[in-house]
Order: sequence, then structure tokens, then C-alpha cells
Amino acid sequence: MANETEIDAEVRRGWMSLLAKAPESALMALWGEVSERPAFEWLRAPEVGGVMVRGRMGGTGAAFNLGEMTVTRCSLVLADGTVGHGYVQGRSKPKAEAAALIDALMQTGAAASVRAVVLDPLAGQMRAAKAARAAKAAATKVEFFTMVRGED
Amino acid sequence: MYVAVKGGETAIENAHAWLAEERRGDTDVAELSLAQIREQLGLAVNRVMAEGSLYDPDLAALAIKQARGDLIEAIFLIRAYRTTLPRFGYTQPVETGEMACDRRISATFKDAPGGQVLGPTFDYTHRLLDFKLAAEGEVPPAAAAEPREERTPHISEFLQGEDIIQSEPESDAVPGDLTREPMEFPSNRPLRLQSLTRGDEGFVLGMAYSTQRGYARNHAFVGELRIGKVAVEMEVPELGFAIEIGEIELTECETVNQFKGSKTEPPQFTRGYGLVFGQSERKSIAMALVDRALRWEELGEDDLGAPAQDEEFVLSHADNIQATGFLEHIKLPHYVDFQSELELVRKLRREAEARVASGADVPEAAE
Repeated sequence: MANETEIDAEVRRGWMSLLAKAPESALMALWGEVSERPAFEWLRAPEVGGVMVRGRMGGTGAAFNLGEMTVTRCSLVLADGTVGHGYVQGRSKPKAEAAALIDALMQTGAAASVRAVVLDPLAGQMRAAKAARAAKAAATKVEFFTMVRGED
Repeated sequence: MYVAVKGGETAIENAHAWLAEERRGDTDVAELSLAQIREQLGLAVNRVMAEGSLYDPDLAALAIKQARGDLIEAIFLIRAYRTTLPRFGYTQPVETGEMACDRRISATFKDAPGGQVLGPTFDYTHRLLDFKLAAEGEVPPAAAAEPREERTPHISEFLQGEDIIQSEPESDAVPGDLTREPMEFPSNRPLRLQSLTRGDEGFVLGMAYSTQRGYARNHAFVGELRIGKVAVEMEVPELGFAIEIGEIELTECETVNQFKGSKTEPPQFTRGYGLVFGQSERKSIAMALVDRALRWEELGEDDLGAPAQDEEFVLSHADNIQATGFLEHIKLPHYVDFQSELELVRKLRREAEARVASGADVPEAAE
């Protein structure tokens, strides 16, 4: 088992953020390709709840409460004592479970293969989807031109 | 004489069974799936999320289906569901300056960095019914161009540089939460914004329109309107650091308002702010106008007695679930209440008739 303090918080933040935002179907399809499923016990079984999202007045000012969003969370521990947490958008308990298991595996020797099979392809799909939207937005950018006014 | 009675269980049960049948409609027509509602009635889904004050497109689609398309009923369902959810915490404020913009326009600066990006808009359509949509058909793919990589800065940043617009200083003040404590007056701007963003679109639109027509006119320009996705970050106690827990679509509108100055403020531009879940353009512009109107006191402006300046009036009537709850309750049985009213009116009538018969002081107005 890897010592949790050895895991760079910024790196862990990266995969947890990716898992939280991933479309459920994409994540579950890639997770299905991971053959080795470790045994685990729940520290906290998946639970659906809400978080209050905040905004800033004027985009930059003091905070205000904008409204809630649904989140599902769970925590589990592998046989070797590694703890994994899942915090994902929406109400899918299977997605939260997969996220927590991946979070745990990423702290073990299986990290490289989980990254190659699940995280990297997932990040690639999400980047491509984002780029496709940005490309459509770019095509709707207005190109101004000045009319010849014929006043001279 | 009416007496309190029990009953109606069978009638209620049968009414609900018929409701279910009517909801389904003609069974020769294919049933709507939640995915169809989510994907093809996206703006209805957005409105239910915004006014239901819960970002979850699948739940909003379910609510719309269950409510037979009655959006206020759907919002009611979402608000009721919301109260059953344990609250895991509060997020960090979303950074709209980092938004991946689908749309970003400014009515004040033509050549702002990032440009005028129209996005998937109804603007410039001719509002003619498109009968091609009555038939099924393939949609040609939208055009693509080189995507913008860098962040799109807020337009207000440019005015800020010149110190000619009111600033919005960052602060760590914890905002009040009207889902936890009931609204009290006088209120404050964070609570007003929370109330407006979940307020009824029609009501907020009407209030905003009243300012444009002259009831506390505030000369608004849309400095910027942007629609797109932002990441939502939250500190997770188990981890001791913040992670992104999701991504939501937002519409943000910032108005730039002409301001001649007041007793306390120099001439400058002032701001109104709208931020709404989903693609909700009309609502966010309206919210910004009403926000600006409600700031009259902090800017040292005169109270013109306009409805949009009266926060108690605006905020107490903006919530369509409170409003419809109180409005619709009057159709429920009030047999006993009404019985006493009936007795009272009969008594008054008898007394009035007795006065007429005796020829005593008949009030003119009664004729």
C-alpha cells in the first residue's frame, strides 16, 4: 500500500475532479475494461445529497448562494488499508462506487494500468467533447467589416 | 348547515388514476423518454432547474414529464425533492471568468478580446414557424472553426482599468442562505440575488420591464452576456483539499448602467448582475436589471416609490412556489369558513332590509 501522504494532493485532485465530471456512461464503459476488481469494505456507503453552489456578485465580488446541485459520495477501504473516496456529480451510486475504487487503486501499484485504461482515455474523450463545442462556438464569432460609405 | 365530513378517498384515487392516463395521452403515440425531454426540451429543463434551485437535468426532465409540462408544477416537485437531500456543504464561488463560453456577447464593446460569439441563439431568427420540424429529419452538422484556447476575460475588466465603473471587491463574507433562514427585511444583496435567481421568470421579467418603462429607470446596457460551463469546486473534509465535484452550465449577465452620481458616489457606471442555472438568457438579463434597481439605497439614489425598488415587494412575490401554494389553496375545501361567511352576510342582509322597512337612514351608496 502506498502511503497516502506520498500521493501528491494536486495529482489526486486531478483524477478526482475528472471522475466527478465524467459522463457516467463513458466512465462505466472504461471501468468495465478493468479486469481486476479489488475486494473492499464500505466506510460510508454511497449516499445522494446536495451541495449549495455559490457565485460571486458581479463575477468577482462577494459570494452569494446560487442554488444546489446533486452529488453522490462514498468512501471505502481496500484489503490493504488504502482508502478511496468518491464525490461525483449527480445521483448515480454505481458511478460514485467506481470513482472511489479508482481513487483507491490510484494509490496502489495498479495506478499506472488504471491510468492507462480508464483515466487517460476518459480525459481524452472529455477534452475532445469540449474542443468540439469550442469549435462550434468559434464558428459563430462575428467578423465585423466596415461598409464603404461613399461620402467623399 | 354544513358539518365537517370525511370522504372523497375513492374520488381522489380515481382522479389520480385518470390523471396518470391523461398524462400518458394517446397510447398510439410513442411515450416520451426522460432523455428526449432532457435533450430536446433543454430550455424547459433549464428553467425547472433554475427555479427549482437544484441543478440536475435528469430530475428536471422527470419532473416535467410527471407534471405534464406544467413547469411551475415541475418546479414544485423539484423543490419538494430538494428538501429530502442531506446538505453536504457549500462550494467555493464559481469562477465565471474561466467559463468555457458557448455564447458571449457585449452590447457595449464591439471589439472586446474574445469577440462576439453568438452561440446557439434564437436571435436573428425570423420567428416564423418552421414546418420542416413537423416531420422527422436529419439536422446538418453545425459549422466548426479553430477553437479558442485562452480564457475569455470579463468585459467589465476593461472598464475597471479606467476606474470608471463601480468595483466588485472580492470578500470572504459568508452569505446568508434563504433555504436555511427565512427572509427578513431589510435584506442584503447576496440574499436578493439568491432570491432572484430562483424567482419566477415571468415575474422577474415583468419587474425588469417596469424599470425600462420608467418606474425607476436605470439606463442599462448589457455589458456582457455569457453562457457556458464552469467547474464547481468544493473543499472535501475527508481529503483536506478542494476538488472539482462537477460542472454546470450557467448564464451570466452583467449590465453597465449610466449613473450621474449621487450624494455619496461620483459619476461612474454602476452594475447589475444576473447569474442563472442553465441557458436562461432572458431571466439573467431581467435579474441584472432588478438587482440594479434594488441597489438604489447603497448608491445614494432617491426612492422613487417604484415597485422594482421595493425589495420587500419584489422578493416576497418572486417565488412562484410560495405564490402558487397560497393562490391555489383557496380552491380546496373551505366549507366551514364559508358557512360562517354565509351566516354573516345573511345577518347583514336581514338588518339592512329591516332598516329599509322601517324607513330609517338608508345610505345613498347602497343603492
